[in-house]
Amino acid sequence: MACFLVPTTEAVVTTIIQKKAEKNKKEGKEQGIFLQRIGWLNNMLWGGSALLAFEHVWHGEVTPWFPFLTNAEDPANLTAMLQEMGTVGVGMAVTVTVLWAAMVTAAERMKKKMGKAIPVPVKQDRQMREERKREGGI
Amino acid sequence: MTLLITVFAAIISTVLWYRIDEDRKLGMLSLMYWGASAMWLVDAIAEYMELKAEYFTPALKDMLNDAYLGISVVALGLIIWLIRLLYHDPKGKIRQLLER
Repeated sequence: MACFLVPTTEAVVTTIIQKKAEKNKKEGKEQGIFLQRIGWLNNMLWGGSALLAFEHVWHGEVTPWFPFLTNAEDPANLTAMLQEMGTVGVGMAVTVTVLWAAMVTAAERMKKKMGKAIPVPVKQDRQMREERKREGGI
Repeated sequence: MTLLITVFAAIISTVLWYRIDEDRKLGMLSLMYWGASAMWLVDAIAEYMELKAEYFTPALKDMLNDAYLGISVVALGLIIWLIRLLYHDPKGKIRQLLER
């Protein structure tokens, strides 16, 4: 019906947040991990909403004339449409956001792991082992 | 069927991004398909809750229509990606062409 309007609205809000975050970055302010990766969420929301909107056009639920949504013409259908937006639409927005949050968290963990595992050059490693042996260690 | 086709498009574009992306904006394409897949998954769950087992036995006509829609959705995604790629022109080819 019009479920895609909920993630589209979220996409508008996150785009505004991204613009502000970019401005703050230029000013040298520090940003949290989620703000740094908000572009991923924008791509998912805008892309998903665009493709979903196309599906609605395909099914004749969106028209190029006012009120643009065929279900908005009839008050009985309007209630069902709003109900669908509140359930399926909100569900879509929440699912995409949770997926993005999981991706950001996983990426951050991988980044931390990479930071910890800085490879020691082979020559240096051999020297360190020999020194430890001489000192009566391993 | 639309969900399935979009999921396959998302997987293929992610593999391509991992293997050959050199500023070709393939990451944006895969995120777009993943976003759409997540949205259609919610739609499918809602439909399943309504239809139950009937959801898995669609009529051939509906399935064909859904498959046709899925392929069209993938094509639209590729067109959006292509427009963005040409607009950003990471290799400067459009700029070179215009400067001639």
